Amino acid sequence: GPGSGAPLENANPLIYRRSGERPVTAREEDDELPDSIDDREIFDISVFLNPVHLIRSINDPEHPLTLEELNVVEQVRVKVNDAESTVAVEFTPTIPHCSMATLIGLSIKVKLIRSLPERFKLDVHITPGTHASEHAVNKQLADKERVAAALENSHLLEVVNQCLSARS
Amino acid sequence: GVKGGSWTVLQLVEALGSCLENTDPRTRGRGIQLLSQVLLQCYSLLQEKEVLHLVLFYENRLQDHHLVIPSVLQGLRALSMCDVLSPGLAVSVLKAIFQEVHVQSLLQLDRHTVYSIITNFMGTREEELKGLGADFTFGFIQVMDGEKDPRNLLVAFQIVRDLIAKNYTLGPFVEELFEVTSCYFPIDFSPPPNDPHGIQREDLILSLRAVLASTPQFAEFLLPLLIEKMDSDLQSAKLDSLQTLTACCAIYGQKELQEFLPSLWSSLRREVFQTASEKVEAECLATLHALSACLSRSVLSSDTEDLLDSFLSSILQDCRHHLCEPDMKLVWPSAKLLQAAAGASLRAYHRVTSNVLPLLLEQYTKHPQSSQRRTILEMLLGFLELQQKWGHMEEDESSLLSLRAPVCSVVFSALSDPSVQLQLVGIRALTVLGSLQGFLSPSNLELVVDHLIHLALREEDSQSSEAAMEAAGSLAPIYPDVFSGRMVPRLEEELQSEREEESCSLQQRCLQALAAVSTHTSIVRETVPVLLQRLRKVQKGSEARNARDVVSVCQSLHRVALQCQQDAEGCWYYHQAVVPCLLAMALQAAMQESTHPLLGKALLEEEVLAAMVPVISAATTHLSPELAAQSVSHIVPLFLDGEVSFLPQNSFPCSFQPFEDGECLEAQRRLVALLMAFVCSLPRSVAIPQQDRLLRELLALSCSCNCPFTATTAAKCFAGLVNKHQAGQQLDEILQLAVNRMEPGLAEGPRRTQALTLLLWVTKALVLRYHPLSTRLTDKLLDLLGDMELGPAAADGFSLLMAESPDVLHKGCHADVRIMFRQRFFTDNVPKLVQGFHAAGPDVKANYLKGLSHVLNHLPKPVLVTELPTLLSLLLEALSCSDCVVQLSTLSCLQPLLLEAPQIMSLHVDTLVTKFLSLTSSPTMAVRIAALRCAHALTSLPTTVLLPYKARVIRALAKPLDDKKRLVRKEAVAARGEWFLLGSPGR
Repeated sequence: GPGSGAPLENANPLIYRRSGERPVTAREEDDELPDSIDDREIFDISVFLNPVHLIRSINDPEHPLTLEELNVVEQVRVKVNDAESTVAVEFTPTIPHCSMATLIGLSIKVKLIRSLPERFKLDVHITPGTHASEHAVNKQLADKERVAAALENSHLLEVVNQCLSARS
Repeated sequence: GVKGGSWTVLQLVEALGSCLENTDPRTRGRGIQLLSQVLLQCYSLLQEKEVLHLVLFYENRLQDHHLVIPSVLQGLRALSMCDVLSPGLAVSVLKAIFQEVHVQSLLQLDRHTVYSIITNFMGTREEELKGLGADFTFGFIQVMDGEKDPRNLLVAFQIVRDLIAKNYTLGPFVEELFEVTSCYFPIDFSPPPNDPHGIQREDLILSLRAVLASTPQFAEFLLPLLIEKMDSDLQSAKLDSLQTLTACCAIYGQKELQEFLPSLWSSLRREVFQTASEKVEAECLATLHALSACLSRSVLSSDTEDLLDSFLSSILQDCRHHLCEPDMKLVWPSAKLLQAAAGASLRAYHRVTSNVLPLLLEQYTKHPQSSQRRTILEMLLGFLELQQKWGHMEEDESSLLSLRAPVCSVVFSALSDPSVQLQLVGIRALTVLGSLQGFLSPSNLELVVDHLIHLALREEDSQSSEAAMEAAGSLAPIYPDVFSGRMVPRLEEELQSEREEESCSLQQRCLQALAAVSTHTSIVRETVPVLLQRLRKVQKGSEARNARDVVSVCQSLHRVALQCQQDAEGCWYYHQAVVPCLLAMALQAAMQESTHPLLGKALLEEEVLAAMVPVISAATTHLSPELAAQSVSHIVPLFLDGEVSFLPQNSFPCSFQPFEDGECLEAQRRLVALLMAFVCSLPRSVAIPQQDRLLRELLALSCSCNCPFTATTAAKCFAGLVNKHQAGQQLDEILQLAVNRMEPGLAEGPRRTQALTLLLWVTKALVLRYHPLSTRLTDKLLDLLGDMELGPAAADGFSLLMAESPDVLHKGCHADVRIMFRQRFFTDNVPKLVQGFHAAGPDVKANYLKGLSHVLNHLPKPVLVTELPTLLSLLLEALSCSDCVVQLSTLSCLQPLLLEAPQIMSLHVDTLVTKFLSLTSSPTMAVRIAALRCAHALTSLPTTVLLPYKARVIRALAKPLDDKKRLVRKEAVAARGEWFLLGSPGR
């Protein structure tokens, strides 16, 4: 995998516990009652990404740490307003100079585009103050045309798709 | 001829003479081939002298033309199997082969013949071969050097194993023997597709491992190789190296390992610290465990260094500091490494824990956050669990006992922490500490019980409360006096304290805790009376709350029953204490109902009776036949003749006549549910008094009663008894009677539904035991699918036939259940269902599909996948059926088929895509979910088949992304994501 052989970026990173599978409530099983789209739901979609190709210290594809365990995506940094159809996700690169920040953001964005109803307006950006080139990355992620152009690049699309493949 | 004795071998040789001496090597070859074939057929008939001549002849021929050699080897193989081979000949044959034949330039089959000759001689001439000394070993090394064929390698490896295991002289050739085998390590072989020989990579791996790990003499060569391969990029090579090293540890000692320990440790540490593969991690830990065990085993002489000690010191040195950083990634790998090493022996355990436990206790105090404390306590728990392996602790040498006070204080602090996660670990630690004999002092124990009571009753989080109850249940058998003396009275007290509504959940918790702690006979004797007392108290009254309370008490009673089933004495105590008491209470309520019908009684409600059924059943299934017979002699007369004398309170206002007619007896008749619970749970060997009369009464009740609950219960009870009834005339008669009552009932009249219920239950009873009448009854049921009125109910009945019923007619209550009954039912009836479907009118077609889907749904998955393709067109039709039960079960049949038979399903991709997409907007949530799962499963069909549909599916799946139900959206996200990836780079 990427990074094997080369010195690891961070061999002993801080890790965070997984929040575990969301329990299914009786209300959710009721055919009639509607469930609104909430922060946790978007969080679950965002952390589903396979970070093998994003975080260089993880070099074993079989059981990678999740974006949640690496604290790249946290539920408190996900904001959803179902009624107004807006979703905002802040992500935190593992280190301030993480070279993969754009790719992480792009993958989250593509994952959300594919998973959310069209009515939603998406905003994916870096947690303020956690990356050296925060503004440049945010600008790129916010620009629809640049996102589209990036996905035309078959090499980039390949990496993004790898991140979007089922983890197990 | 030779075989029959009419020819001797010499005559044959003479007859072949000209041929054997022919100057054309081909002709000579054919001659020798014929001779060898004959010898292979009749080597056992040869005389010693004939063998001698033949051996000399063949040895001589080894120098012949290469075309002749294969046949010569065949002949020698035949001779190597002769019992009458003179001493010395085996050695001479082998010497000749080693000298004359360049084995590796032969074909695979001929090489195999050489290995066979060697194997044969090793089996019968061990002493002679050993006489050759190291020459034999050297000869063999030359034979196998360069072997490439997996079939031959398996044989060759076996020969090497025997050389070593049987102590053949290796002499100066140890390294050569190692080289000639280790060059295959790690095995890199994948069998060709459709390989007829069936040799798997795993066979070679195990066979080679057995060679490499067979002798300490290889250690100096093998260990550097394993260390090198542990660093391989291939995971399989890593795993093989680790497993081989583990195997070596079983026979190595300090001497072999000493030189390599530092590199072994640094490789293992590197792997565990870096890998995220659980497999590699688990193998590394197993290897470390084996190394530690190996070093622990070695006997120390006074002048040598204790390698175990220095090995563990280096592990401690590298891992210890990571334990102080509970938020960092390396904390767990370090703890696991230490635990793997410590778990190998008592000595290793003491060495590691005397160092680590004080550290962890100190770290717990230093880190105030709950999440950090949880990690630290989890690690501590891991070490405590290892102590369980060594059983009791000895006062003087146990480092753990000296830490009793700080360990207890840490665990108790976790129990009172607000974090549920920390509490849960604390509870697990408590369970482990309790299981260490002599660790907890009496005053600790009282504190333990108090903590458990508090968590079980007061902790808001149900996880902690349940965990505390479980812990109480597992500790109670170890300290029964403490629990019955301290916990049971507290629970009883709480239960009786009548606080208002808010205490409702407290009461529930008390009931659950009473059941949980009833894991020892002496405690059961305390808790059962408390529960029964509670039952008497709450059953008076008719409010919904009373019914709910009775059900809760019954659930607790049921749990207690399950916990004391295995103990004969406890089981009988329970049966005698509970069953008559429940019956008496129910009778009392039923009779009051008969006299004052307006006072609704909680005890008589369906859900309450249904909750009493498992209690009585569980109290009965494990009775010994003698005791069960004693009980049945009371309970059957109670129901048939109103014999109440054995009940605890036996003065009743009127007589008990559940099988008599009369409006006012309606309530009494409902109690047949309790009779069913008892009589259908008895072991098959227990004779039921007045069985025939009982069956007739039940039959009559099931057909004539207006109350559906009672009628169904009577039918189930009848079926339960019929299933266990001995075959013979009596059974045939009662079944005939049942058929006679059912048929007119089914044909017309007000009680058609009751008749159908009876038909279903009796059919089930007979299908389970393969009774011949079951076919006729099933056909009857199939006919009813075409009935406008009863058709839908008959269709649902197929689910009842196939599913396991919770209260009667299952293995647990000793029913006669043949294991393959579902497959048999499928084979017998599915063709009829299909035929019926095609012949049926449009109004009733759905009934056949529904029946079919019930049968398919209960079939084991592997059977389903092999049988389904024949039914595929019908299933595709069923997708258009408007009944959502049919849709649902059809979708759940198709989903595994998509995954496991993608080729067949590809043929129908167009229909499947269209139907699945249209069902994603079904009004029923479960159907939408199932349809999306199928749409997801479609992605396992070949990509080229799917690509034409990709854009359409992605567009259609956008809609369920905005479904009002979260569970539907979740499936839509997963399915749509997969469809996006189809045919894209990086998938």
